[in-house]
Amino acid sequence: MSQDKKSGQAPQTTGHVWDGDLQEYNNPVPDWWLIAFYISVAAAVGYWLLYPAWPIGGSYTKGFDTITYVNDKGITKTTHWNTRALFMKTTNEAVAAQKPYYTKIANTPFEQIAKDPDLNSFVISAGKALFSDNCAPCHQQGGGGKMGLAPNLTDDDWLYGGHFAQIQQTITNGRHGYMPPFKTVLNDTQMTELADYILSFSKVPVNPASAQAGNALFHSETAACYYCHGADAKGRTVIGSKNLTDNIWLWANVPAAHTVADKENVIKNVITHGLDKGVMPAWKDRLSPDQIKLLAVYEHDLGGGQ
Amino acid sequence: MCGGFVLWRRNLDSNSVQPIQFYEKREIIVPRSVKGKFRNFKTSILLLAYAVYFGLPWLPWTRNGQISQAIMFDLIDRRFDIFDVVIYPQNVFWLALLLFIAATFLFFATTLIGRAFCGYFCFQTIWTDLFIWIERVVQGERTARLRLQKQPWHLEKITKIGLTHALWLAFSFWTGMTFVLYFGYAPDLLHRFFLGNAASAAYITVLGLTVSTYVAAGFMREQICAYVCPYGRFQSVMYDASTLAVAYDVRRGEGLTGRTPARGDLKSRDERLKQGHGDCIDCGLCVQVCPAGIDIREGLQYRCISCGLCIDACNSVMGSVGYPQGLIRYDSEANIASTVPVKPHLDWKRLKVVGYLVALIVMTGLLVYDVEHRSDFEVGVRQVRQPLFVYLSDGKIRDRYQIRLQNDTEHDVTYRISAEGLPPGALDLGSMDQVLVHGDRSVIVLANVAMSAAQAEKYTKFSFVVHPVNNPKDRAVQMASFNSEKVRQ
Repeated sequence: MSQDKKSGQAPQTTGHVWDGDLQEYNNPVPDWWLIAFYISVAAAVGYWLLYPAWPIGGSYTKGFDTITYVNDKGITKTTHWNTRALFMKTTNEAVAAQKPYYTKIANTPFEQIAKDPDLNSFVISAGKALFSDNCAPCHQQGGGGKMGLAPNLTDDDWLYGGHFAQIQQTITNGRHGYMPPFKTVLNDTQMTELADYILSFSKVPVNPASAQAGNALFHSETAACYYCHGADAKGRTVIGSKNLTDNIWLWANVPAAHTVADKENVIKNVITHGLDKGVMPAWKDRLSPDQIKLLAVYEHDLGGGQ
Repeated sequence: MCGGFVLWRRNLDSNSVQPIQFYEKREIIVPRSVKGKFRNFKTSILLLAYAVYFGLPWLPWTRNGQISQAIMFDLIDRRFDIFDVVIYPQNVFWLALLLFIAATFLFFATTLIGRAFCGYFCFQTIWTDLFIWIERVVQGERTARLRLQKQPWHLEKITKIGLTHALWLAFSFWTGMTFVLYFGYAPDLLHRFFLGNAASAAYITVLGLTVSTYVAAGFMREQICAYVCPYGRFQSVMYDASTLAVAYDVRRGEGLTGRTPARGDLKSRDERLKQGHGDCIDCGLCVQVCPAGIDIREGLQYRCISCGLCIDACNSVMGSVGYPQGLIRYDSEANIASTVPVKPHLDWKRLKVVGYLVALIVMTGLLVYDVEHRSDFEVGVRQVRQPLFVYLSDGKIRDRYQIRLQNDTEHDVTYRISAEGLPPGALDLGSMDQVLVHGDRSVIVLANVAMSAAQAEKYTKFSFVVHPVNNPKDRAVQMASFNSEKVRQ
């Protein structure tokens, strides 16, 4: 056993002895530690009195502290202190701080908003949050889109038009893109010819004769592609048909296909089965008109606006 | 104090021996006052420091035609006004430089003259010094204070101790209050503070600083330096053999047969020398005046804050017995140990010292230059990385950039944004090539840069140039890079 350096005496033990010689030292915690401990005990009691603390059956002690907030129905309520009410209160404060900007946006034409540096800065910061909460799940953070799911909003290719009003319309009412399947109408050779015709716009080295035949088929009444995609194959924003002449792809993942045959196949797959999945929900019930207007400017700003 | 708490301890056997003491109880240090040049120096530093600290919040200053104060840390508007310099959060780089300069200056000074900061300038030292002074004024000199400590509680003791603590608390409160006054317009804030409608942060800060000042300067004192403060401890590594430090001349003080009191025939220096005794008459004054409670004759130690009070004490004693002064003095370890000691002198011709000095000069120059030449606006360019680049329908590649433009002046300014090192027509700012920014505000401008694949390979680096429309010379240039598939691979 160690010896106390100063007194030279054996240390104090609790008196417990095991196995004949195994003893337990009595080393009490320092006073300052005990004092701090009792202070925290006292603070805990103070906490119980002020804030919700103890469960009692199906209820709990509410505490004496109160909080006043305006709930989502616009009614001012005073209740016992709780974090949910605190959240409502701080949210309301933030909304109130944004209010002047939203009012200004509601009363300013699109083109003016884009030209006003202050409003535009607000659009960029507030739009980012709105976009991240609502649009990013499909269009991805930053609006880059996802092949086969949602169009890229940062390029200059727009299915339904990239003017402010068109974007606003798209967000408000949503969109539903449809293309009929052609598996019963066209045979495999015809589909290859059509795919070659489409790929020829993007400078893919396809068989020119096949592409020529595809051109004829595109404008024929057999396939009648031009009904929707237009005689120039540039698509029609009224119905959201894809511009087939640019090198931007959404449903057929041409960039990821490396050989010409693979590129043909991904296009043929779309022609065979058609499309019934270009669905964007309507946001008029989830976002306010002001928020939609702000988002329209934000998405126009994303780089692709017309 | 802890009588009540003992009940909670398991004191099982009242006859048992004492528990092991891992904790050494602090002996309360009751320093004697002393007169001398180091004491005078310390006092003048103290007065100057207090004049600055307590006075500055009350120094009025006119700013933008409004009455304000010379130093104003405005947290709400996120700007620090220091005389006519405005510091914004984005100038945090200056703070980094300032801290670097402070650290280097500390290293520089410590290498030359030891812990001079600790002894004369540190707020812990200054506040402790003042608290000890209050103690002395109320309770008397060291001997009187020691006597009072031992006495049982009676009216005089209660009055004296109570008055001491009341003064300590009052001064602690004013210390905390003054700190808070830097963050608001002092006369107004003080008024609101006592009316009870200042911000809660003000009350919490004042309470925290009152308590910490009271505890640190009244009770903790030298323990802060010994156990809490990291600077005091790591300054040891800056000492070397030629650093000037408060040192006891062992050779002279101890002689061949050690120190001894000046009694009887040992009063004369010649007689002492003859008998082999050193000059130290073991009066113990150097120990009594020490605020850190050390005996400097045991050599350099970590608790020594190098305040020089033992030098004053020893010199006064040496003077009164007619021995030469400087038995305890500022000297280097090497010189004290040398058999042929020379006059103590600053030995600055060392690589370390010169290195610190060069770093100090360069960094101070950089800070001054940066503050002098700061632009009235700030530009930050951040590339949009989601997505990093995008292909356009005509095959071009487009990168996007967010330009944050902060106007640091008080008035509205229109800025022109352009780019250098890009092919013509590549930059598209919408209608924001000229942008109006209100005083003290910032805006975000989106810039689109579109290039063909061939151009994208050539123009990978370019720069954005921003300048006020009416002052084309004040240009801010920000480098940016153009990313495309080629770069990503």
